Amino acid sequence: MSAGPAEPPAGVRRIHAVPVRYPGRWVSAVVVLVLAAMAVHALLTNPKFAWPTVGQYLFATPVLRGVGWTLALTVGSMAIAVVLAITLAVMRDSTNPVLRAVAWFYIWFFRGTPIFTQLVFWGLISVLYPRLSLGIPFGPEFWSFSTKDVFTAAVAALIGLALNEAAYLAEIVRAGLESVDRGQQEAAKALGMKDGPILRRIVLPQAMRVIVPPTGNETISMLKTTSLVLAVPFTLDLQFATNAIGNRIFQPVPLLLVAALWYLAITSVLMVGQHYLERYYGRGFDPTRNAGPQRSGRGPRQAAINAARTTPEISTVDDMGRPAGGWG
Amino acid sequence: MNEQRSEGHGPMVELTGVHKFFGEHHVLRGIDVVVPRGSVTVVLGPSGSGKSTALRCVNQLEEIDAGAIHVDGELMGYREGTRRGEPTLFRLHPKAIAAQRAKIGMVFQRFNLFPHMTALGNVVEAQVQVLGRTKSDADTRARAILDQVGLSDRVDFYPAQLSGGQQQRVAIARALAMDPELMLFDEPTSALDPELVGEVLAVMRDLAGSGMTMIVVTHEIGFAREVADQVVFMADGQVVEHGTPEAVLGAPSEQRTRDFLARVL
Repeated sequence: MSAGPAEPPAGVRRIHAVPVRYPGRWVSAVVVLVLAAMAVHALLTNPKFAWPTVGQYLFATPVLRGVGWTLALTVGSMAIAVVLAITLAVMRDSTNPVLRAVAWFYIWFFRGTPIFTQLVFWGLISVLYPRLSLGIPFGPEFWSFSTKDVFTAAVAALIGLALNEAAYLAEIVRAGLESVDRGQQEAAKALGMKDGPILRRIVLPQAMRVIVPPTGNETISMLKTTSLVLAVPFTLDLQFATNAIGNRIFQPVPLLLVAALWYLAITSVLMVGQHYLERYYGRGFDPTRNAGPQRSGRGPRQAAINAARTTPEISTVDDMGRPAGGWG
Repeated sequence: MNEQRSEGHGPMVELTGVHKFFGEHHVLRGIDVVVPRGSVTVVLGPSGSGKSTALRCVNQLEEIDAGAIHVDGELMGYREGTRRGEPTLFRLHPKAIAAQRAKIGMVFQRFNLFPHMTALGNVVEAQVQVLGRTKSDADTRARAILDQVGLSDRVDFYPAQLSGGQQQRVAIARALAMDPELMLFDEPTSALDPELVGEVLAVMRDLAGSGMTMIVVTHEIGFAREVADQVVFMADGQVVEHGTPEAVLGAPSEQRTRDFLARVL
């Protein structure tokens, strides 16, 4: 693949034309810059935002602990939810009618009831069922434990968020699995592969290209949904911690800003992570990845064919006049 | 299993009275084909004649509705037994079906390479997953076979970085790495640009020369004439006629065969 325009051979003169001018772009850039400056000015100079207070509490211990808990709840619940969602999605496409029905019911129930209600329920579970036990159904018990020892507020919050999220993610995973060409499964079957390895090695890695972007969305949404764990009640997350400080010092606004800044920062980090995940699962789908951004669907493919030297090389420029192999 | 069908003797593939329905549509209407060991059978016929379906039935990508298919003497998809004194067929477990498929290589019209794996990865995958070879054994074997199909300098390329002809050669290598007893080709050159057909046919010709048993569904009459031991002509879900290429292509006895050849030649 060529990394930029090659030196033309003797006798070929590259075109050096004056590019089209777009004055509208300059005008709009100035307008946007002025509006942005006004917005920043209005934010910084308004004393009601109390920026010194924001600075004072941005790295306060309860706030940092809140950040830690919010991150732990987000990552933990998403991890559980992803595993559960893949299981549910596979169950929904199963040939086993029992598994299909169970998955359908799960998704129906957990999407159909409010997350707030579910979190209240998980918080109340030790009241509703003080003791849980393992044993023969309707028969003797082998092992039992006190519910409140296991379902602490943190565990209840984690489980509540994860089980709810799994129902939504299951539909995303199902869409991803269905997006993979049927020929992939057939090819794997023809090689003698069994259903488990076909899913793990062939279908799921390709489905991930479709699954990752909306799952990133869900993760960022989950980051904010963790603030609902006060329903459990769990009170160490970022939103609750900043609210508590704000109420105590009678300055709710700067503490809302503290929370907002942290949510923004975490979201930014998550977006970087998503970018790398997308790149990983996109491998093999974009032959020009190392040759600059892809601008044309045709160029890279033609470059690949040319590089393969199986066809007489006609041109290093595609039919839109752009250099084949993308822009270096 | 009866005696003359034990392994190593008799034909490699035997289709006996095979019927297949897609809903109301009767696609295969009693197909009988015998493919001797080490021979090349080319299946010709107009589109919609059921030739691809018949091929897909051989490795059970489609389930047949009547008749029987034996590969290497083994009944495909079922176990013969008795129930209350009556001879009965028992459907095989998916794992047993997967094991039967592992002995049969298949090459598809649209290649169906795994796009998220390199050429090497494509050829290594099933060796490790199905045959249980170690990663390094599979790697060595894959490189040798990719070299055999002329792609030793393309092992680290992803399918999207390869031309159609190269992709199909990787697909052939992927099937061969499993050491199959039988190779099925489902219109292997139909999706290729005309100038790329030759390189794939050359690989198939080499393979036929090495004694591999092959069933090839194709429109390449030239390939049939040159390489086939047997030509089967299908139309409307039936075998209209079969025989040597000289007989079927040179002096067809059926009007439908003559009409078809007149159109494609």
